[in-house]
Amino acid sequence: MMANLLVQGTQMLLVLALAPLLTGLVRKVKARLTRRRGACVFQPYRDLARLLNKEAVLAHNASWLFRAVPYLLFAATWVAAALVPTFGTGLIFSWSADLIVITALLGSARFFLALAGMDVGTSFGGIGSSREVMISSLAEPAMIMIVFSLALVAQSTQLSTIASVMVAGVGLRVSLALALVALAIVAVAENGRIPVDNPATHLELTMVHEAMVLEYSGRHLALIELAAQLKLLLFLSLVACVFVPWGLAPAGAGAGALVLGMASYGAKLAAGAVLLAMFETSIAKMRVFRVPDFLGAALMLGLLGTLLLFVSRML
Amino acid sequence: MALAPTVQLLAALSAVAVLLVLAAGGVLLARGPYGRTVVYGGALVVTLLAAASALTAIAAPTGALVLPLGIPWIGANLRLDALSAVFLFVVNLGGAAASLYGLGYGRHDHAPERVLPFFPAFLAGMSLVPLAADAYTFLLAWEFMSLASWALVVSHDKEAGNVQAGLVYILMASFGTLALMLAFGLLAAGGGGFTFEAMRAAPPTGWAEAVVLALAMLGAGSKAGLVPLHVWLPLAHPAAPSHVSALMSGVMTKVAVYGFIRIVFDLAGPPDWWWGIPVIVAGAIAGVVGVLQALLQSDTKRVLAFSTIENIGLIFVGLGLALAFKASGFGGAAALAFTAALFHVFNHAAMKSLLFFGAGAVLTATGSRVMDRLGGLIHRMPVTSVAMLIGAAAISALPPLNGFASEWLVFQAILLSPELPAWGLKLAVPAAGALLALAAALAAACFVRLYGIVFLGRARSDEAANAHEVDAFSRAAMLALAAICVLAGLFPGLVIDALQPAVTALVGVRMPAQSEVAWLSIVPVAESRSSYNGLLVFLFIASSALLSAFVIHRLATGAVRRAPPWDCGFPNADPVTQYSAGSFAQPIRRVFARSLFAARERVEMPPPGSLAPARIEITARDPAWAFLFLPLAGLVERIATRANRLQYLTIRQYLALVFGALVLLLLVLALWT
Repeated sequence: MMANLLVQGTQMLLVLALAPLLTGLVRKVKARLTRRRGACVFQPYRDLARLLNKEAVLAHNASWLFRAVPYLLFAATWVAAALVPTFGTGLIFSWSADLIVITALLGSARFFLALAGMDVGTSFGGIGSSREVMISSLAEPAMIMIVFSLALVAQSTQLSTIASVMVAGVGLRVSLALALVALAIVAVAENGRIPVDNPATHLELTMVHEAMVLEYSGRHLALIELAAQLKLLLFLSLVACVFVPWGLAPAGAGAGALVLGMASYGAKLAAGAVLLAMFETSIAKMRVFRVPDFLGAALMLGLLGTLLLFVSRML
Repeated sequence: MALAPTVQLLAALSAVAVLLVLAAGGVLLARGPYGRTVVYGGALVVTLLAAASALTAIAAPTGALVLPLGIPWIGANLRLDALSAVFLFVVNLGGAAASLYGLGYGRHDHAPERVLPFFPAFLAGMSLVPLAADAYTFLLAWEFMSLASWALVVSHDKEAGNVQAGLVYILMASFGTLALMLAFGLLAAGGGGFTFEAMRAAPPTGWAEAVVLALAMLGAGSKAGLVPLHVWLPLAHPAAPSHVSALMSGVMTKVAVYGFIRIVFDLAGPPDWWWGIPVIVAGAIAGVVGVLQALLQSDTKRVLAFSTIENIGLIFVGLGLALAFKASGFGGAAALAFTAALFHVFNHAAMKSLLFFGAGAVLTATGSRVMDRLGGLIHRMPVTSVAMLIGAAAISALPPLNGFASEWLVFQAILLSPELPAWGLKLAVPAAGALLALAAALAAACFVRLYGIVFLGRARSDEAANAHEVDAFSRAAMLALAAICVLAGLFPGLVIDALQPAVTALVGVRMPAQSEVAWLSIVPVAESRSSYNGLLVFLFIASSALLSAFVIHRLATGAVRRAPPWDCGFPNADPVTQYSAGSFAQPIRRVFARSLFAARERVEMPPPGSLAPARIEITARDPAWAFLFLPLAGLVERIATRANRLQYLTIRQYLALVFGALVLLLLVLALWT
């Protein structure tokens, strides 16, 4: 019990501590790939600290919702990230929420952020929120379809159980391949990465996430940034624990297995960051109205994977 | 088998009687100073007592009673079983909330004599439907409910569109009753009796059961708002006063669901494997079409009415899955799907009533239902805005609120479906799952839009800028329903367990007892398969939010400065430059509604230098109107024009017609045998 609690606590702190580093690493690799030197990988930590030390500027019209949302957003994302197995599957609270709940927690976070975008009453916030819900209206069902595929293979929606089943090995499956592609597309869209959105831009024509949070500053912005970094970490962890589950420490494992799990987790995250950076530097940003086609492909792939599993357990 | 009348049955009947007396009292007192207080206060007390007694009746043994009314030799058969009790509870809970709300809201009614008599009558009709145990009583109560609600729909007949809404409503209601009447006729044909007991003893077979299923879907589905029979709903629900809108959308659609369950699960005998398919398909289509239509609307109450169609779709998918599982002999899975449907019935009654109350509060405070004339109400109406936020989050299926719990159960039931042997179901169920997930995501978008435009941002009109919080009764009704949404979400296991007697009665199997699961989690099948704990998720989120707030306020500067928003170089932007309801939905309209609803935008942009206003016109059509109802209306019109000639015949021609008809009938009779 105590050991399990310790694993869960370590996990919660670990995701929090690693999230800015992951973002820093992606930025660094992207910079190197475009022949720039790039900022130090620890720059996101400095940015967060700097934001924390600045006063929060609120628009005259901002309501209590505007001030409460950063905390809610951060909390929902953190809880979701804490429930994804990273270095070990023995998460003591994993039964309290399955993969559908994790998806829905991210949905809640987005719901409130989109509301906050509309709170001040400028067109920027509105454009961001409106585009965000358009993207999520396709990304969320695609995600649910991926969850269905995984759950049908593992006979469970419980992420710890899915990870254990995947560690034990389920063989190469068409449905899982489809789910992996779909999950990659959803992850790109959900995190506002190129080609769906550009986390580094401030251009009205293209921006989604940045437009929504344009009015935020100071500690509120720090929380929102941290939540966005956590979300990226969450999706990479999800891909890692479901599709490359090797190295995950089983429930009740000893210290050796846990250390091995952490090492492999770090390696997986680093590999994911490099892959993401390479993907982002090699393609161009899409027009907003091309995004539905992109996400529609994910939805169709997820549905196809689920259909295959309904038809045959072996595919 | 004759059962003795139980206390609960007698209590429910006396509640109906008292409500009818209140209706009569409403006629006399409406114009008087105490009319509102007497009618709504009386209805509040009666419905609360009836709800409490119904709650105890869910688990208690059933009771039956035959009153010497109605058709000779049959009488009025009344019966209270677990399923009736569940729906009686939902009806009276919704009724109590609406009465409480009406105590305050009714003050703003300029013609109380048109509402007060019909409100308790409507409640009485809705309470009587679940109690009926023969076809005659059922149809009588059903029709009474329809007529009372019709009177409420047209109560404010001077407002544009209300009379037309009433006409479409009464036409569809008559059609629905006709379909149900035919269904009962077929059910009675087997055993030769109009009581439910006789029908149950001799269920239809062969083609008759298919026709009964189709008629039940048409009859109950038209009242519940299944696509394409939904066209009356978005017209009629918003037309009524807000507390009646809440009853129609939140409660009356549930009575329709009851009618469907009673006929298909109880009276029509054991289901065939294919019964689930039309129900699942119709539900999934209603889910997506309803929410997409909601996204196109700019009237708050119409958005809510269309959203009801979506939720009814979710309920019907649950019911269809339950039918499929029951037919294939998967008792546990059928119990899960059926529980999910019933849970959502309860949830939707609470959430939708709450949202309609909120829309009514906004209407009272600002005089407008048009979203683009509202905005910024979170500053002016703090209590309403909190209650509405809870309602919007609940209906968007966000954890840990109640809407998520029932939707989660539906998804779990879908995940058990690969076991089903039939190929049709193997293809229909995953597709329905995808459509439901799409509908859920679009619902979140829809309610971000509704809440964001109405309550957030800056006021778009003077009325919105000068709005005031509504009266204490309305606030109390909204907060009570919001509390129900939160509690049912935190403790879903208790609701699931409470529903089990009804599930056992209809499906034969019950879900595992959730109250025995540790930590108040819910576990539909087995813990290794899936589990969810609303309370713990809530505690996790709350503690992380508080912890982060605490840490941040320790670490960071607490300085806050108020400043104008980022103006991008254009100071003092007018509030109309904010995103409007139409502009917010534009991306979704463009992605989804172009082909389905033929949504088009026409932009008139004057040349530079011209002072003419720029205009944007958005058009969309409901395919049900375009392809089903308008052609049908045209056909009826053409036939009527032709038949009109029969009015101007001579006596000789009339006599010849009668003679010809007589000969024809005799010929048919002779050839038939």
